[in-house]
Amino acid sequence: MEKLKKIPFSETKEMKSLLEVKDFSLSFPQYKKGFRESYIEVIKDFELTIHPGEIVAVVGSSGSGKSLLADSLLGILPENAEIKGKIYFEGVALTAKRQQQIRGKEISLIPQSVMALDPLMKTGQQVQSSIQNKKEKKRIQKEAFQKLGLPKDTHKKYPFELSGGMARRVLIATAMVSEAKLIIADEPTPGLDEQALEETLTHIKQLSENDRGMMFITHDIHAALKIADRIAVFYGGETVEIANNEDFLGKGENLRHPYTKALWRALPENDFKALKGNQPEAGEVFPGCVFEPRCPIATDFCKKNKPKSAMVNNGIVRCFYAES
Amino acid sequence: MLKVNNISFGYNSEHGVFKDISLSLKPGEILGLYGKSGIGKTTFAKIIAGYLKPDTGSVVVDGETYPFKRRNPVQLIGQHPENTINPRWQMNQVLGESGVFSDEFLRELGISNEWMHRFPSQLSGGELQRFCLARALVPETKYLIADEMTTMLDAITKAQIWETVLQLIKQRQLGMLVISHEFPLLKRTCHRILDFEDLLGKN
Repeated sequence: MEKLKKIPFSETKEMKSLLEVKDFSLSFPQYKKGFRESYIEVIKDFELTIHPGEIVAVVGSSGSGKSLLADSLLGILPENAEIKGKIYFEGVALTAKRQQQIRGKEISLIPQSVMALDPLMKTGQQVQSSIQNKKEKKRIQKEAFQKLGLPKDTHKKYPFELSGGMARRVLIATAMVSEAKLIIADEPTPGLDEQALEETLTHIKQLSENDRGMMFITHDIHAALKIADRIAVFYGGETVEIANNEDFLGKGENLRHPYTKALWRALPENDFKALKGNQPEAGEVFPGCVFEPRCPIATDFCKKNKPKSAMVNNGIVRCFYAES
Repeated sequence: MLKVNNISFGYNSEHGVFKDISLSLKPGEILGLYGKSGIGKTTFAKIIAGYLKPDTGSVVVDGETYPFKRRNPVQLIGQHPENTINPRWQMNQVLGESGVFSDEFLRELGISNEWMHRFPSQLSGGELQRFCLARALVPETKYLIADEMTTMLDAITKAQIWETVLQLIKQRQLGMLVISHEFPLLKRTCHRILDFEDLLGKN
């Protein structure tokens, strides 16, 4: 972890990637007036690379399509979803068949809701079921519970007997005991108070030990900045910027995209200043930049042309006016 | 003036949630209530808004007590708007239940005309929360209780909603109680902040 942080992004790129997503898009068919079928694109030209031992946060508002990303990587999208683009896991293409084989084993999910636990199974047993080393499963489960600070008798309890925080730790334990190399955490810290947030994030960070990679999906930039090495900012189904953690500083001068800057300044700790307008609807089509209608520095050029992603100051940005 | 006088409450007779809490909120005042999860902030909010009856003590709203024979002047907004809106109604029906709203008012809240014919599942959390605000801010409302109103929203949407709410509160001189575990947010929005644990500890 610590080692990785000091390596500039341009150099980490040469390292072997754990997950690589390129030109990925996802759309759903929609029927308009009668039987006319059209497609709405909910994720467009998504790109992201995660290296072993690295935590990459995907930050976006509700309704921006970020949870569908998790489903895409695990191959648990609804049947009518259409996907395009390339996903590589450890350098090998991640096909639907391979997804089915490795999900829960090499790629593990920490779901958003604590309701994801089986209500009729004791927690110990539930966690043990995702351990591949069957002989040692009791010991491994016990160690994980201990590491997460769960009381000794937790494995004998049913989910309804746990508090919200304990249930969340059981979910994290499930990912911890698996031999997964990539962990996808989908909003694992919704509405937690500062103390519970710190605690949960510490546990999540423990997961990135042993060279595991993690995708941390959240709407809470504050939580993302506490543990992530890099932050991918998701807007209107696109990654508008991939910034390094240390870029979020001061008035946001080091940030590259106007949306990221606005997001940073909107925090109550900073300027608490809102940006006008609403996020684009799912499937809304823009001939130019997706952020143009709300952008304070947009020009006519942005209306007609789509910015491609470019490398600026060791980060990736999709804006014509990003300064290097 | 909204006055909470020595209220106590427990979900069962053995374990009380809190005892003897008092508080007062003036029109035009924005009061913050800070505290970590699970110490009874939401229960407290529900009692003030008349959803729950306290075991002892009283809530006095401009000289009157619950139950009111008219629309409740104390309106509560919670954390999960999707749970408070009928999923089988289109948004114009949702608003229609509470009264008639002027286009100007809806524009002020940032509600787009296009959203009126959608179902709740077709709107995002921030968009739904604006509808909840519209419903809560009918002319009869004198006090607004915001219980983690923007916790589930991203920073920009959060700032947007607060900008609108603070403006409306000032315009109409409403009293507002902001319940949150986010201290920076309370510092930014409130005239005065109380720690819920201090309120509990006074007994």
